[in-house]
Amino acid sequence: MIKFNKYRSSKSLPPVSTASLPDIVFILLFFFMTVTVMKNQNLLVENTLPTATETEKLDKKDRIIEIYVGRPTAEAKTNLGDELRIQMDNKFITVDEVGDYALQALSSMPEHLKSVATVSIKADIGVKMGIIEDLKNELRMVNLLKINYTTYEGAAVDNL
Amino acid sequence: MKNHRSPQEVNAGSMADIAFLLLIFFLVTTSIENDAGLNRLMPSNDNEAIVDIRERNLFEISINNSDQIMAEEEIINSKILRKKVIAFIDNGGYTLGMDGYCDYCKGDRLLDLSENPDKAIISIKTQRNTSYPVYVAVQNEVIAAYNTLRNRESLRLFNTPYESIYSDYYNEEISEDQKGQLKERLEIIRALYPQKILEPETVNN
Repeated sequence: MIKFNKYRSSKSLPPVSTASLPDIVFILLFFFMTVTVMKNQNLLVENTLPTATETEKLDKKDRIIEIYVGRPTAEAKTNLGDELRIQMDNKFITVDEVGDYALQALSSMPEHLKSVATVSIKADIGVKMGIIEDLKNELRMVNLLKINYTTYEGAAVDNL
Repeated sequence: MKNHRSPQEVNAGSMADIAFLLLIFFLVTTSIENDAGLNRLMPSNDNEAIVDIRERNLFEISINNSDQIMAEEEIINSKILRKKVIAFIDNGGYTLGMDGYCDYCKGDRLLDLSENPDKAIISIKTQRNTSYPVYVAVQNEVIAAYNTLRNRESLRLFNTPYESIYSDYYNEEISEDQKGQLKERLEIIRALYPQKILEPETVNN
């Protein structure tokens, strides 16, 4: 016993090896690198989506055409007022232009994806159905019939 | 003398710092995107097709400018909407022995609800000032009603819920054989309860 104590006190504890720390950090780093999706659009409209439970995942980004609907954000509001706006491709567009821009987005898709292209409507909770109906009519005009009301996951009663 | 010395090791101590910097950068820029939503297929633009629909086969849901939900001529709470829609689709109004009798329906077989799930049509009407979230909630309830029924039939026929068949089908790791089988099953269930949701033009008044 005494001998053991003597042994311990004579030699200080070896330091904890930090050699594996970089590895751990790298694993974390790779995790975040793989799950990261960098935003390619600068949101000009407020965009708090409604909630729904029966959702389906939109995981294949290459076939999605995104349309944002909402009121302009505080930065964009300065010269635009408070009306509901539609945003596509980083700028505000009018309802009449939706078809043109959607076709433009469609034409830049590879041929085999054109038939499965889905329009993702990302509308703010403050949006009224009028503008959505107009939007849907425009999309029907250009024969883009697959739409997705993009939502957050959550009980739909939260919407009411 | 030189040959006896082992080569100087590169100090890897700062590696962790570099990795941490990168990690923090990705942590900050990450928005783990979970885009999901309600998929709908709009009817194509030709308004030629006019079909006669019997009144009992049409379940009308209207949402007015002040977000009240009306179904079957009365204002209802959104909480019972799903139940009503299920009762409507699953009614199976044809009597035994008639053509189109629904042998898998478990509804009450009332005379004023749908004759057959295949004929049941849900119509969702909105007005211009209806709130979008309320509309999404109604869509959600209708889709949930269909999913509940499809789940029930899927469990009965294949012993797996509809959702898991559906998610397996879009899983890329399965073999072609399995995929074909899943597709077949999906089609069977979808044929039992086809989704028929109408959205008439907005009425301005």
